[in-house]
Amino acid sequence: MAKTNIVAKTGNEAMADAMRQINPDVVAAYPITPATEIVQIFSGYVADGLVKTEFVPVESEHSAMSACIGASAAGGRAMTGTSSQGLALMAEMLYVASGLRLPIVLADVNRALSSPINIHCDHSDTMMLKESGWIQIFSENAQEGYDNMIQAVRIAEKARLPVIVTTDGFIISHGMERIEILSDEDVKNFVGEYKPEQYLLNSAAPITIGALDLPDYYFEHRRQAAEAMKEAKSIILDISKEYGQKFGRSYGLFEEYKLSDAELVIVAMGSTAGTTKVVVDELRASGVKAGLLKPRVFRPFPKDEIASALKGAKAIAVLDRSDSMNGNEGPVCLEVKAALYDKGLAKPVVDYIFGLGGREIRLQDVEMVYNDLASMLKGKTFDKVNYMGVRE
Amino acid sequence: MKEKETKPGWKELPAGGLIIGGGTARDFKTGDWRSNRPVLIPEKCISCLTCWMYCPDSAVIVKDGKVVGFDYDHCKGCGICEHECPVKGKAIKMISEKEAKNK
Ligand code: SF4
Ligand code: SF4
Repeated sequence: MAKTNIVAKTGNEAMADAMRQINPDVVAAYPITPATEIVQIFSGYVADGLVKTEFVPVESEHSAMSACIGASAAGGRAMTGTSSQGLALMAEMLYVASGLRLPIVLADVNRALSSPINIHCDHSDTMMLKESGWIQIFSENAQEGYDNMIQAVRIAEKARLPVIVTTDGFIISHGMERIEILSDEDVKNFVGEYKPEQYLLNSAAPITIGALDLPDYYFEHRRQAAEAMKEAKSIILDISKEYGQKFGRSYGLFEEYKLSDAELVIVAMGSTAGTTKVVVDELRASGVKAGLLKPRVFRPFPKDEIASALKGAKAIAVLDRSDSMNGNEGPVCLEVKAALYDKGLAKPVVDYIFGLGGREIRLQDVEMVYNDLASMLKGKTFDKVNYMGVRE
Repeated sequence: MKEKETKPGWKELPAGGLIIGGGTARDFKTGDWRSNRPVLIPEKCISCLTCWMYCPDSAVIVKDGKVVGFDYDHCKGCGICEHECPVKGKAIKMISEKEAKNK
């Protein structure tokens, strides 16, 4: 097994360290809370000569993504980090990046969107871009953020799609944890050298990138990107498997926590999955068959696999850390329901919108959800969508 | 369905809308946007090449230092050549495509 170094790091430090070990060709970024530290720490690595990266301090996130697109199109490995309004300001260029099939990697520290202004965690920012053609990988803690970041480089380059790796704002980004860091050598070997097939700086084989694509070709190119997203699922699995074999930490498209025989199941992403695991353990100790399904990969959404994993569940609660503002369920719940429908699984599913703008979720809150699921089985009815922890 | 006979499907196209190879603008024929076309009046032309310099589409054909005609696959009919021609009465005349067809 590879040598690991056990350290105490915040989520942002862990992400910056992953970037140092990846040693990308270009990092372009603009500071934004709570992601600021990632590139701030990284710029220190650049100044100290620990990486060969060209660091581009830009005047906005729109420019940050534009610079990453230019660098990636030129044939370099490009990365950035951002959050919330910054991600929103990048939106136009995020679509350009995925449309041009450029393997850019972005660390998004999840934060609520304005307005009102709020700097704390929820998933609205990433969810806003679930249709942008970026692969989305969620992390439960700093360790997963670190591991996901390293894998993201390979995933992006193989799938020829950009990847967003998320960590929960402040909860992960500023919380100090024990994490295991790989050796620089191991990361270097794992990510390997980036050898794009076509790139702008290759004067021996000139190409045009970003040409006009009118009704006669645009549809075909979108169809290609849709297919690439579909194929990304097996690429993510392959690379995760390789990572697991080399470094001992295995990841799938989602994590099943005491799920195989679970009757009461919560679906939760990000740091809340960690909180839920504690409650599952407590409930299991008292004989309740509670379980957790934690989606790791939200784009592409592993529909069939999640439906199969939920086959045995008797009642399901989805915890949505953002609201779709559609008059119905939150984004994760909608996906889970659609997955079940396609497999003919008519199960009671209830949605809990929670934690918006950094509202705390406590063990008791999660426990209450499991209690709700239990009483649902006894015939009690619930609203399809519940707002958990909001003052009435 | 007929489209498929002349244009590649999504599986055949380079990913991300890339255009592979250089100098491909030549293959992109823009002449069919045109509603007027320039016609040369050779006996008036003094071969000053002003039209050649001004043409935004490099559509003025020059052979042995003389303007011999226009590349109608790429000429967009903007009329700049006619406008810039310094010869009195102009050595280039813009005519409508309809007129050209009937000729
Ligand atoms: S009409 Fe315009 S495009 Fe055509 S040859 Fe003259 S200058 Fe060039
Ligand atoms: S500008 Fe007029 S005179 Fe000069 S080369 Fe062109 S057509 Fe001939």
